[in-house]
Amino acid sequence: MDVLYFAWVRERIGIPREQVETEAATVAELVAELSAREDRYAAAFADLSALRVALDQDLMDFDASLAGVREVAFFPPMTGG
Amino acid sequence: MKIAVQQAPFDFGAEAEAFSAGATGAGAVVTFTGVVRDAEEGSLSAMEIEHYPGMTERALTKITEEAMRRWSLADALVIHRYGRMETGDQIMMVATASRHRKDAFEAAEYLMDYLKSRAPFWKKEFLKNGNSDWVEAKDADEDALTRW
Repeated sequence: MDVLYFAWVRERIGIPREQVETEAATVAELVAELSAREDRYAAAFADLSALRVALDQDLMDFDASLAGVREVAFFPPMTGG
Repeated sequence: MKIAVQQAPFDFGAEAEAFSAGATGAGAVVTFTGVVRDAEEGSLSAMEIEHYPGMTERALTKITEEAMRRWSLADALVIHRYGRMETGDQIMMVATASRHRKDAFEAAEYLMDYLKSRAPFWKKEFLKNGNSDWVEAKDADEDALTRW
């Protein structure tokens, strides 16, 4: 699946998007998998309360299922307007 | 209903005029424009707005459709820019038209409250001293949604 990062999450991880092969069943499992990879991921995902997640461009919770999902995006709370 | 996500500046006057002219039968038109505000004592050099292409349009459409459902609106408009802007530049505008002003005012506030914390935009401030920082979301913005 495609994993996208925005704002400081993108800066901390160092890339805007990547292809990830994963067996993770939920967003939380994917986060744990990515965090275990490298420090920059662990740093970005250290505080999930400071993060939001979208699955196929809809806001979801971290316990949401990844079944059938093609695009996951992680970003901080939005500041539009 | 019109949703525009664009890098280019927009002409607030022309947009408001065209919106009003197109809202047949409306007795009330409300517009709001968000402008880049200076940081403390003229310290802001520029603001950059990042967004999530695709999800942004999707989120704004959903929010605006919901406003059209909740209030009796003749029409609604949202324009939001991304990219680099300077103090005084217009960032975004919303416009609502209805038969009576209450619907137009309430729907405009609803649109503003929702697009602040549910549309995927992120602001970064660049200061004249060379520092830069992401603008943090305020609890008050999230709390504002509970009244709807």
